Amino acid sequence: MSGEARLEMLTRIHRAAAGPKLEIERPPIPASTRPRAEIVAQFAEYAAEYRAEVHRASEADLPVLLAALLSGQNVLVPEGFPAQLFPQPATHKPQTTHADLAAYDAVLTTCAVAIAETGTVVLDHGAGQGRRALTLIPDWHVCVVRSEQVVDSVPEAVAALQEAVLAGRPLTWISGPSATSDIELSRVEGVHGPRRLSIIVVD
Amino acid sequence: MSAGGIRPARPFPEAARDTLQDAQMRRNLKHATTTIREKRLRAVAELPDWEALRTRGAELKDASLSDLAEQLLTLEAAVKRCGGQVHWARDAAEACRIVTDLAALHGAREIIKVKSISTDEIELNAALEQRGIQAIETDLAELIVQLAGDTPSHILVPAIHKNRAEIRDLFRQKLGAELLTDEPKVLAEAARLYLREKFLSTKVAVSGANFAIAESGTVCIVESEGNGRMCLTLPDVLISVMGIEKVLPQWADIAPFMQLLPRSSTAERMNPYTSFWSGVIPGDGPQEFHLVLLDNGRTDVLADEAARQTLRCIRCSACLNVCPVYERAGGHAYGSVYPGPIGAILTPQLLQLEDENANTLPWASSLCGACYDACPVKINIPEILIYLRGQITPHKSHNLENTVESIAMKTAAWIFNEPFRFEGALKLARTGQGPLVQHGAIHALPGLLGGWTSSRNLPAFPAKSFRELWREEGEV
Repeated sequence: MSGEARLEMLTRIHRAAAGPKLEIERPPIPASTRPRAEIVAQFAEYAAEYRAEVHRASEADLPVLLAALLSGQNVLVPEGFPAQLFPQPATHKPQTTHADLAAYDAVLTTCAVAIAETGTVVLDHGAGQGRRALTLIPDWHVCVVRSEQVVDSVPEAVAALQEAVLAGRPLTWISGPSATSDIELSRVEGVHGPRRLSIIVVD
Repeated sequence: MSAGGIRPARPFPEAARDTLQDAQMRRNLKHATTTIREKRLRAVAELPDWEALRTRGAELKDASLSDLAEQLLTLEAAVKRCGGQVHWARDAAEACRIVTDLAALHGAREIIKVKSISTDEIELNAALEQRGIQAIETDLAELIVQLAGDTPSHILVPAIHKNRAEIRDLFRQKLGAELLTDEPKVLAEAARLYLREKFLSTKVAVSGANFAIAESGTVCIVESEGNGRMCLTLPDVLISVMGIEKVLPQWADIAPFMQLLPRSSTAERMNPYTSFWSGVIPGDGPQEFHLVLLDNGRTDVLADEAARQTLRCIRCSACLNVCPVYERAGGHAYGSVYPGPIGAILTPQLLQLEDENANTLPWASSLCGACYDACPVKINIPEILIYLRGQITPHKSHNLENTVESIAMKTAAWIFNEPFRFEGALKLARTGQGPLVQHGAIHALPGLLGGWTSSRNLPAFPAKSFRELWREEGEV
């Protein structure tokens, strides 16, 4: 069907790009030299600046914190989320429809990587993170970030995510709750995505 | 219907004369551009290697463009490997046909859209409407523009020309929303309620693409509101229209762009949401994915070595926000979905310099160079503006062999060519200006020259020229 268009576009490109192919070097990303504590602290600070609610907890305190934070809420927990941290029976079924998802108050997930330079958490939708709709439709996303998952810079995060991407996994980068500045540039939270984002940094 | 397209209905000077009268728009724009400008400087200053990053961004884009056919073939193979389908579209009509055929094939009466300039470029919404399919814009600003039957005026904040009261009236009228105030929060809530239902019930979505990674077949959408995520994950079918220049060879190449783009566009460290996906992901999101690769004049830009760097553009809109001409004339004056400095070079090129109205755009600039300084991929916009003027002028003057202007220019060239002629002309002007000078300036020149003084004064010629003073000092 589009074989003709394909051939013509490729011909046009070949004719257009008469010059030599430019080679580009991709040197390895130098590892960050900043102390871990500083990197993690910056991540927490920047995530909070984007109006995420940031909590810090020790491994031991985490179940208590989660229980307190989510008490009385109808919480969705994706498959693979460590059950010892949040012992509420997992309510998620793979067949859950989009409309069903809207009935949950909150969703509780882990993440793949977090970025200090920008205050971003990245989901690769592996175990504990759920398919993409899970963290999108409920109005409150609670995300557990282990301090060793925090990297200093965007290039480090990109390197860390290489394997997931090459395996065909989707990624969602999240920096603060959904926001718009379309009306007179006033920032409004949560036009479409979750209006509330809580990040729990576990040391 | 929000239309768009890239063919300006009028020449820039004429369109700008009208938009300049719109005081409301100028106030909104000035506020917006000044705010973003200041924020951007702060965001950029946080990255100590900003200049190196810009260079890296430019190099990566150039490298990919130098090998574009190979990159697109790699991308195509990877997308197919991941269960997606790839379509090639030579022009706007072909791209529209591909998308509308796909939507019709799924029996769609409505489709939801993520804000995308490439689909505005090809005027997809109008094409869908002709087939009885309604396109619903889900970005808040695009929705506002669409409901108003207006066109976007800024790449990033398309409804920047509208204020909250106008938006409230629009939502009352078109969405039947009962709005007690015009607080942005309340207005956003009204849009949320209206669109939530669309997200959950619509089967086909259309998006653009910010980047695509050839090696993995990964497509990327950068956004703030979450409407993108909704469209990319909830429907059964996803169709993404992507300009062929958006491809990057390897996954690692995305890193500098994820640093450059948010800081340059919204002046944030990072935008709230970025989605990456490769083809179809079993059990997650749309189970049918189509990638439409759009040429529509891009290969002509690629063929022009002097202006090829235009294709590095990542649509961040930093150049708009720093441009004195854009700030005053507004986006609509450019008559294209690509306004501002980047629009002034991209629009006429996409139209092969054959559109008379688009060909006025390279003059819509003071050549101050602010756009070049702001561009995260170092597109030398002023240089290309001048280059395009040079390309367009021979066409224009072709039929104007002996106009007053061309005779005047030839005479001027003859005078400037010899120092004694130039000095003679100055003396003549000094003697001749007598009756015209008032308080050291000439306020109105006679005849055709009056055009110069219609909006400014001409300082009177001094009693002695620099050369005369120099000679008097005995230096010869």
